[in-house]
Amino acid sequence: MELWKQGAEAKIHKTDFYGKPCIVKERFSKSYRHPILDKSLTAQRVKSEIRAMLRCRMSGILTPTVYFVNMDSSCIYMEEMLDSVTVRDYIQSVQSSKTAVEAIETLTPLANTIGHTLGIMHKQNIVHGDLTTSNMLLQGDPSNNRLCLIDFGLSFFENLSEDKGVDLYVLERALISTHPNTEKLFNVILEAYCKSNDTGSKDVIAKLEEVRMRGRKRTMVG
Amino acid sequence: MVVAIGFEGSANKLGVGIVKDGVVLSNPRHTYITPPGQGFLPKNTAQHHREHALEVLQKALDEAKISPKDIDVVCYTKGPGMGAPLVSTAIVARTVAQLWGKPMIAVNHCIGHIEMGRLVTGAENPIVLYVSGGNTQVIAYSQRRYRIFGETIDIAVGNCLDRFARVLKLSNDPSPGYNIEQLAKKGNKFLELPYVVKGMDVSFSGLLSFIEEKAPQLLQKGEYTPEDLCFSLQETVFAMLIEITERAMAHCGSQEVLIVGGVGCNKRLQEMMETMAKERGAKLYATDERFCIDNGAMIAQAGWEMFRSGQTTPLKDTTCTQRFRTDEVDITWRS
Ligand SMILES: Nc1ncnc2c1ncn2[C@@H]1O[C@H](COP(=O)(O)OP(=O)(O)OP(=O)(O)O)[C@@H](O)[C@H]1O
Ligand SMILES: Nc1ncnc2c1ncn2[C@@H]1O[C@H](COP(=O)(O)OP(=O)(O)OP(=O)(O)O)[C@@H](O)[C@H]1O
Ligand SMILES: [Mg+2]
Ligand SMILES: [Mg+2]
Repeated sequence: MELWKQGAEAKIHKTDFYGKPCIVKERFSKSYRHPILDKSLTAQRVKSEIRAMLRCRMSGILTPTVYFVNMDSSCIYMEEMLDSVTVRDYIQSVQSSKTAVEAIETLTPLANTIGHTLGIMHKQNIVHGDLTTSNMLLQGDPSNNRLCLIDFGLSFFENLSEDKGVDLYVLERALISTHPNTEKLFNVILEAYCKSNDTGSKDVIAKLEEVRMRGRKRTMVG
Repeated sequence: MVVAIGFEGSANKLGVGIVKDGVVLSNPRHTYITPPGQGFLPKNTAQHHREHALEVLQKALDEAKISPKDIDVVCYTKGPGMGAPLVSTAIVARTVAQLWGKPMIAVNHCIGHIEMGRLVTGAENPIVLYVSGGNTQVIAYSQRRYRIFGETIDIAVGNCLDRFARVLKLSNDPSPGYNIEQLAKKGNKFLELPYVVKGMDVSFSGLLSFIEEKAPQLLQKGEYTPEDLCFSLQETVFAMLIEITERAMAHCGSQEVLIVGGVGCNKRLQEMMETMAKERGAKLYATDERFCIDNGAMIAQAGWEMFRSGQTTPLKDTTCTQRFRTDEVDITWRS
């Protein structure tokens, strides 16, 4: 197996699974943290990841197919999303090759798709827990907006608006810090989100506002 | 050649530092220490700063062997921080600036921590973990801003440590966090605590309520010692900090990490960060309590950078603000 990428949690290897192109996500032990904590986090995250991937697929959200899980080595064997780029790389390439106005225009349909997809996900009470542009892939020609969600290790099932609001807050901060001048795109994401998560979105947006205010109002003293 | 003097008093430390072209000439500090179990209140802290301002300033000038006429610019902390202590320190800065006839620079405290860390360690373009009593942020520089990638969604990590120190009635001298660190060295029985990471953000309030509520019984029954609880608390909150830092490094493709802020002088936190960095083939930059804990030189250093890039703050704008985010400042001195 060849090491392909290293995220924060895992090593990503490429191999094949009975002839199919396969990614092995290996959550190796982190020697900086206490062994009890390390074991419990790792086991919990492998389980959360496979559960949420399955649930997403059942609601029509594209995620890699899980082929096999080895709990002893904490490895998930999953479909390799062939011919894909991360949303992060795609936004960066659009922003670097176009004027600011053109870039936003080009990326608006993608923002729509992201918002729509997250609305469906939250409607099913799936909270992703790590929404960043590195954890979203675009398969095929990026302008087709074939969006695939990955990296569900921090996910959980919860009906609370607070958790969904924080999920969106995490995405907002990751988007705007990684990609300067994308505030407009986040608004497009929210609009689409409200349409597909039709019943719950009002409370979620109210919570998002509340979490944002907490950040701004924090007095920042010991 | 530019000589900058910096005044810091946003919380319970009063510091005056003098920096000459990247060399720290002096950096004395006086800390307001409250009795065990008590935090510091704005009014008393401001009074502390007023009482010690002249003595700390004199010390800074004496140690630097410099007279006011050699100083080019007077820098002070504009915010964030506690209102009354900020204002009482800014008044001193304004007074000497007018007395000496020198221009002024208003500095963002968080930027001071970052620039001091970069100066002392020589880190070029690191992911910054800024951890103190009031702030917990993961920061990266791009396009003239220090951008906040991750942050606490409730209380700061230093605040969490300080409040637990109050439960144990630990001394606040030199700081609650330091005393937790000393006890933690002798602990070994690990208690599992709520671990809350959301992408590059963290949350400590659930963990704090949990341990505040459980600690008295656990101690009374003799199941855990205070040392064990300090150990478990540190292992848990630091693991959370390392995880979000590592996530930001993976996300940004960064190979350097810098720790700043008062909690950043914790040796165990530095050791854990070092282990993480090594596993990724990255490099850790850290400093000690002289430069991690709030001090005057960090304000002078950030002000020095601002001054050299052509900025000064007109006297009428030398005000203070309790809220002043890291990402609001235009970083005119970096490309
Ligand atoms: N199934 C897949 N197909 C194609 N690429 C993938 C797949 N899974 C992961 N990747 C790539 O590997 C990278 C890291 O994977 P992943 O996000 O799952 O790891 P991680 O360690 O959990 O990351 P994080 O640092 O966000 O916690 C992704 O950003 C993506 O580029
Ligand atoms: N060795 C240590 N280990 C852990 N925490 C420490 C240590 N030394 C100091 N601290 C903590 O650092 C914090 C003080 O940090 P700092 O001096 O940066 O001031 P602050 O007022 O909190 O600053 P800011 O305005 O940047 O938030 C306190 O919470 C203190 O307990
Ligand atoms: Mg990831
Ligand atoms: Mg500080």
